[in-house]
Amino acid sequence: MSEKESEKRRRMRSIAIAWALVGLAALFFVVTLVRLGANVGNRAL
Amino acid sequence: MASRSVDMTAQPQVVDIASGGSVEDFVALLKPRVMSLVVFTALVGLVAAPGSMHPVLAATALLCIAVGAGASGALNMWFDADIDARMARTAARPIPRGRIAPDDALAFGVVLAFFSVLTLGLLVNWVAGALLGLTIAFYIFVYTMWLKRRTPQNIVIGGAAGAFPPMVGWASATGGVSLESAILFLIIFMWTPPHFWALALYRCRDYERVGVPMLPVVAGPEETRRQILIYALLLAPIAVLPVFVGLGGWLYGVASVILGGAFVALSWQVYRTREGRAGDAAAKRLFGFSILYLFAIFAVLLLEKLVSIDGTVVGRMLA
Repeated sequence: MSEKESEKRRRMRSIAIAWALVGLAALFFVVTLVRLGANVGNRAL
Repeated sequence: MASRSVDMTAQPQVVDIASGGSVEDFVALLKPRVMSLVVFTALVGLVAAPGSMHPVLAATALLCIAVGAGASGALNMWFDADIDARMARTAARPIPRGRIAPDDALAFGVVLAFFSVLTLGLLVNWVAGALLGLTIAFYIFVYTMWLKRRTPQNIVIGGAAGAFPPMVGWASATGGVSLESAILFLIIFMWTPPHFWALALYRCRDYERVGVPMLPVVAGPEETRRQILIYALLLAPIAVLPVFVGLGGWLYGVASVILGGAFVALSWQVYRTREGRAGDAAAKRLFGFSILYLFAIFAVLLLEKLVSIDGTVVGRMLA
């Protein structure tokens, strides 16, 4: 395999891992909002 | 699930694995076709469960179950790479092809398994998380590592791993297990042996060559055909059980009886047609139908539940 092809594969894997991590963070954020629901705005001022 | 023919005399196209596989290779490690059936049965378990679930939480549960199933596939391919390389059906997988290093597959599988269980536990509930962990552990340690190469009952007991997903889906929605979810488990559990033995009948030589003691290899095709028929005769009535616990309605009852009858009829054909190509053709027909069977009965359960959620759509159509 050429150096260029190898580099391309590594780069694509890195991008896939980055997207997976962003997706995981977004998932935890959204589910937290869903679980808290209307209670998000219900706090002492 | 579909087979791919590979020239077994050809040298594997070994890629420089130091550079690692492509994203597509890693996706192939997840066994996407198996994953799709797992996700579908889990979806049915989730939707069929009583009560309601927020769509985001339901989607999260299905995502975790899908990733968990993929992790199981990757770990299975890691452990079985030696025999996969020598079987026509599996020789094109990424590890035997030299496209992914075994250690990379192991790390990939472990990380996905860990995150899928943790995420399901934290975001949905810990009963579902524990069941998903149990499913992965059962598939890897009990089926792949322990039973597969030791006993012809490998897929009878190991089949439990494939039967857990609707229970995980049910537990995601309810936080527990119940008789209804156990019945869904039982349907897949009884379906698995005739499904795999039909495949093993016409892939017998492959399994024999690599020393996997599938039933046709150890007990012979005659006994395998008999066992297929016995399991089909047990599966057909078990698949009607959802009607008696309120899980399925009249539509499911009719569908499960017709589909069960077809399953038994095709198994009878396999039992009667024992010679040469006709025997192989009967086994292939049963194998193909078995996939359709499982999909269809779960699809009818899903349809009935979705219709009942939406009021009386069927009632209106029939009125």
